[in-house]
Amino acid sequence: MSTAQPAGAQQRVETEPLLSVRNIVQEYVSRGPGNVKAGVVHAVSDISFDLPRGQTLGIVGETGSGKSTLARAIIQVERPKSGEVVFRGQDIAALPKRKLTKVHAQMQMVYQDPFGSLNPRWRVEDVVAEPLLGHTKQNRAQRRARVRELLELVGLKPDTYLRRRPTELSGGQAQRVAIARAIALNPALIICDEAISSLDVLIQAQVLNLFEKLRVELGLSYLFIAHDLATVKQISDQVAVMHLGQLAEIGPAQEIYRAPRHPYTRALLDSIPGLDPQTGIARRPVTLKGEPPSPLNPPSGCRFRTRCPRAQDLCAEVMPPLTEHDPGHFAACHFPLEAPAVISSESLVASIRRTGPAAEPINRR
Amino acid sequence: MTITERGTGHAASAGYRSDVVLSVRDLRVRFSRAGRSVHAVNGLSYELRAGKMLAIIGESGSGKSVSVRALMGLLPPSAYVAGSAMLGDIELVGMSDKRMREIRGADISMVFQDPTRSLNPTMSVGAQITEAIRTKNTVNRKVAAERSVELLKLVRLPAAERRYHEYPHQLSGGMRQRVMIAIALASNPKVLIADEATTALDVTTQAQIMELLVDLQDRLGTAVIMISHDLGLAASYADDVLVMYAGEAVEKAETATLFQNVRMPYTKALLGAIPQLTTVPHSLLTVIGGHPPDLSQIPPGCPFQPRCPRAVAKCAEHPPLAEHEPRHWYACWNPVPSGEDWALAQPADGVPAEDDTLDDAEQLMTEGFVPPVEPLLTAGVIPSEDNAPKKGEQA
Repeated sequence: MSTAQPAGAQQRVETEPLLSVRNIVQEYVSRGPGNVKAGVVHAVSDISFDLPRGQTLGIVGETGSGKSTLARAIIQVERPKSGEVVFRGQDIAALPKRKLTKVHAQMQMVYQDPFGSLNPRWRVEDVVAEPLLGHTKQNRAQRRARVRELLELVGLKPDTYLRRRPTELSGGQAQRVAIARAIALNPALIICDEAISSLDVLIQAQVLNLFEKLRVELGLSYLFIAHDLATVKQISDQVAVMHLGQLAEIGPAQEIYRAPRHPYTRALLDSIPGLDPQTGIARRPVTLKGEPPSPLNPPSGCRFRTRCPRAQDLCAEVMPPLTEHDPGHFAACHFPLEAPAVISSESLVASIRRTGPAAEPINRR
Repeated sequence: MTITERGTGHAASAGYRSDVVLSVRDLRVRFSRAGRSVHAVNGLSYELRAGKMLAIIGESGSGKSVSVRALMGLLPPSAYVAGSAMLGDIELVGMSDKRMREIRGADISMVFQDPTRSLNPTMSVGAQITEAIRTKNTVNRKVAAERSVELLKLVRLPAAERRYHEYPHQLSGGMRQRVMIAIALASNPKVLIADEATTALDVTTQAQIMELLVDLQDRLGTAVIMISHDLGLAASYADDVLVMYAGEAVEKAETATLFQNVRMPYTKALLGAIPQLTTVPHSLLTVIGGHPPDLSQIPPGCPFQPRCPRAVAKCAEHPPLAEHEPRHWYACWNPVPSGEDWALAQPADGVPAEDDTLDDAEQLMTEGFVPPVEPLLTAGVIPSEDNAPKKGEQA
């Protein structure tokens, strides 16, 4: 598991990945009343992956699966307990704090709540200019020009928005400002931590398209964290599915959706209420039984076994290693789902049409 | 006006009207603050059928939450509510607070978005359900406790007897929402309102809670109003769907009718914005620019017109919500042609075209008025949300 190189062998030969995460572990001590140690929260347990230049890795998982912890450990907001984060050939987990500043110019984050991450007292121009102030030697006029350019890039008219404060923006506009700030220093990597989850559907689509536009225009790479597999599919080259601090499955986006190997990925896919926009026919989700186990005390062996329909005795004893099933497609499961899966892209559409006519729920009663 | 149409239109289907548990007619909600009025709900009419689920869909600020809070008497004093909402033969609009307290929880109850804020952290789960039961029924503690455990089992909370003694912080989000549903069902209401009840939950938990609601509907015959912004969720579970925009219903029909034949461009736009599992990576979503209108100065004519790709001259006139097709109501002068392929005249090339339109609409909207729509609207909504925990207890 530790040597997983999900980016695929040929890409490693051609170019070095932008970001390689190796065996990253993050744990927190949970304290009960009286500051007594109550246990250890295994937030991220031994995760490794590669992100090639110009690509997007989507990370999905339920609440508490460690997605955000992983992001914070990568950008070194909280230093990981162990493991390497190799960014542009440099292990930044081992760098002293003062040297991290240079790294952060190359790696920026966009958070879920734009209003929480923008200073309400600052004007948009100050917010966007701040990284330039700290990281470049540009003078005021240069900064102003750059801010205008950045606002244009995220689709906000500078003349209208420069002088506004975050409270005078809508959620979508505020998130655009946060994105403008993130790209101010021409970073190589943007980490989006649920960056569109708090936005309305229509605004979500606008921001997703904006991310896509910036990827093409600026050659950005993204780590895109979301709890929604459908959103991630839209923009990802690779998708990683996290479950309780571990990678359940990682591989090329199309493969993950076409032929998921891990029963957890399958369950996540099945939980999405589907709606075919062409026919208007809905697919009712199939539910996963049970509650996610506690990260304080994860189950032995495979951490998904308590909810897994395929679990057997072996799953309780041995933790399944992340193994390669198809080129670049890794899953951690003793009894993975078959490859020519029930859902090829066409049969997925077919199954939507077959199994879940919207009329059915009505007839049922 | 639509009501009379509906009356004659469905005279054929006998019993259609008789099984209506909640009939809302021309509901209007206006907030008055600092000399400005925010028209949050503008003439909303719908009927909720017994044992069915109605989904009210819309963006934030479309008035969907305000419209149901008005029914429950949960709006702040600054709200002015007009129109009619008949729960059986009881008129909910204009009801005295005292009478409303009797109705609320007993005949109509509500589950809120955030179960953590709705539950009292200092009371055990059992105590909160028991309280809900004893407020509405004269039963002794023992009977109420037994009924509480039954309710917990009804909402399929694992290890119900043990959970009865636990506190909200010991439960997961999904379990807390189950407890909220148990409290809401304590007096066997006719109508259950789920206001974004699954929005804060994971997809896996969301599916579980929705299954539970559907199951409860079957077993108890409760009618459910589901407020959501998720069209996929509505299409999967609801029987009827109503799409709201700027405080009005813009399209409504039975789920199958509506989604198989979407006519209102706004509904179409919502559909196009949903990322699908079948889409190809790095493809672009169909987007429309702009923002919902400022509810304190809704322009005359169709409220969606500034953003609508199908707008025509006639749209300067306000389109009525009319039954243009059997059992399919929509408010549009230039509806999407029936059976037209999925395209909303949106260039699918590289750069999304929303940017300019967004700004134009923005400027129109904000002229002579500095704070934008959203803070203003939430200002009207927040006080009632603060009521949520209190209502949760006594529901």
